[in-house]
Amino acid sequence: MPLTSKRHFYFFMKENELIPHLFRTEFRKIVSVLSKLFGIEHIEIAEDIVSDTFLSASELWGLKGLPENPTAWLYTVAKNKTKDYLKRNHLFAQKIATEIKYISTATAEIEIDLSTKNINDSQLAMMFTVCNPCIAAEAQVGLALNLLCGFGINEIASAFLTNKDVIYKRLQRAKEKLRTEKVRIIPPTLLEINERLPNVLSTLYLLFNEGYYSSSQNFTLQKELCLEAMRLNYLLIENDITNKPSANALLSLMCFHSSRFEARTGTNGEIILYDDQDETLWNKELIQKGEYFLNKAAQGEQLSKYHLEAAIAYWHTQKEDTNEKWENILQLYNKLLQIEYSPVAALNRTYALAKAYGNAVAITEAEKLNLSGMHLYHSLLGNLYTGVDNIKALRHYETALALTNSAKNKLTITKNIRSLNLKQEDPAKVIS
Amino acid sequence: MKEFLFVFRNDYKAVPPGSPEEMQAVMKQWMDWIGGIAAQNKLADKGNRLGSEGKVVRANNIITDGPYTEIKELIGGYIAVKADSFEEASEMAKGCPIFNTGGNLEIREIIPM
Repeated sequence: MPLTSKRHFYFFMKENELIPHLFRTEFRKIVSVLSKLFGIEHIEIAEDIVSDTFLSASELWGLKGLPENPTAWLYTVAKNKTKDYLKRNHLFAQKIATEIKYISTATAEIEIDLSTKNINDSQLAMMFTVCNPCIAAEAQVGLALNLLCGFGINEIASAFLTNKDVIYKRLQRAKEKLRTEKVRIIPPTLLEINERLPNVLSTLYLLFNEGYYSSSQNFTLQKELCLEAMRLNYLLIENDITNKPSANALLSLMCFHSSRFEARTGTNGEIILYDDQDETLWNKELIQKGEYFLNKAAQGEQLSKYHLEAAIAYWHTQKEDTNEKWENILQLYNKLLQIEYSPVAALNRTYALAKAYGNAVAITEAEKLNLSGMHLYHSLLGNLYTGVDNIKALRHYETALALTNSAKNKLTITKNIRSLNLKQEDPAKVIS
Repeated sequence: MKEFLFVFRNDYKAVPPGSPEEMQAVMKQWMDWIGGIAAQNKLADKGNRLGSEGKVVRANNIITDGPYTEIKELIGGYIAVKADSFEEASEMAKGCPIFNTGGNLEIREIIPM
């Protein structure tokens, strides 16, 4: 995914925006390279060195103006600071020089390689380290956000809608585990790739969903979560041995979904549902990319859940409500649910059923789902009963309202109730 | 929660093979029905279809062809579902497309070994 030229990009970016931006994009890249060099047990040292680099940047750039190439400047300064650190800390230098096998000759000066290739390799290795089976799944996502995407404790807490202490403890525990288990940041072996790729993909999938479906009101943060998930997924695809069909399917899914980013949030921050979206706001370039990766994903024998979800997302890029569209979506959900059940997939299948065969069939099926504790279930039934039995529709919407805490969801449901009232007036008018 | 096996039986001679479109339509009915069970999180195993040819092996190495498709009730496939009781399992069996072609569905509880 080519970006516009970096110089051009920086030119338009104000200095006070540039450092936070570079912090987000470069901090973790340098930390990955240094941690791979030092070993994960010394990640704090790597983080200190890079923090110090950014501190110097903010001091010097303010006084002397921007360097010609800010990123290269950061890399050079980080390298020098690392060398200084190693000089000042002989013991540490000797320890990592003898302990760590990635250094060609133990006594030679330690080479700090901040080439794009080594940054990508380091981050890829870090991805497979984070997804080590010794780390709990929810901690893996948090660690990925922290170690690979440069998200702070505050941002992670806000993304997970939980408090800072919980996240802090979760991350400390996970990092401690990596330390005690002596997990190494080394390029994954073929066996590890096959074993852990599903874990890596599901972490990226959660990361993306955290951004896409998060109840957080912070639109920028949500978008950055999605972009980070896509960037990391792209690292997998750029590397020959991790460029598997399922990785392509996942990226395709992310492209299709994120193509609707601009269309799905209203001016008050409420979610604009698919049906009400202005499709001229859908990003065509991302849709094309999604199609490209979906074709790549088709080269293989395996049909993962990402393939099915990407195919469903593909059909959603066709705005026109054809029978063919909804029957295809329904069959894809039928298959998806056979691979892996999830309440959201069950609800979406029921929606597709309504679109393909009508609301009556879908209502009967919906009532078998046993999901009455979910606000989404009642929102769906509210939708299905609209125009069929508006009193029941209202009752379901009210239950949905009572079941959700998210302001964003409440806005959406209230909007639905309002449009229901409008429709309710119609028969009365006929009578009067 | 227990698991139950659904065994599908049909008189396959009585069911005309049909055009590709008709076969696709029948397939879709099955997928919708199984999808409906999966959507309730009650599908334990999506099962398989069985070919119509078979052999029967008996004691003393006697191997015969069969059961023949001439048999009125040939097993054509199976799935496994999760349910608390036979009543609940029977409820799920309703709407199975096997009934559209005059077949039947046998429910057996799976006893883990």
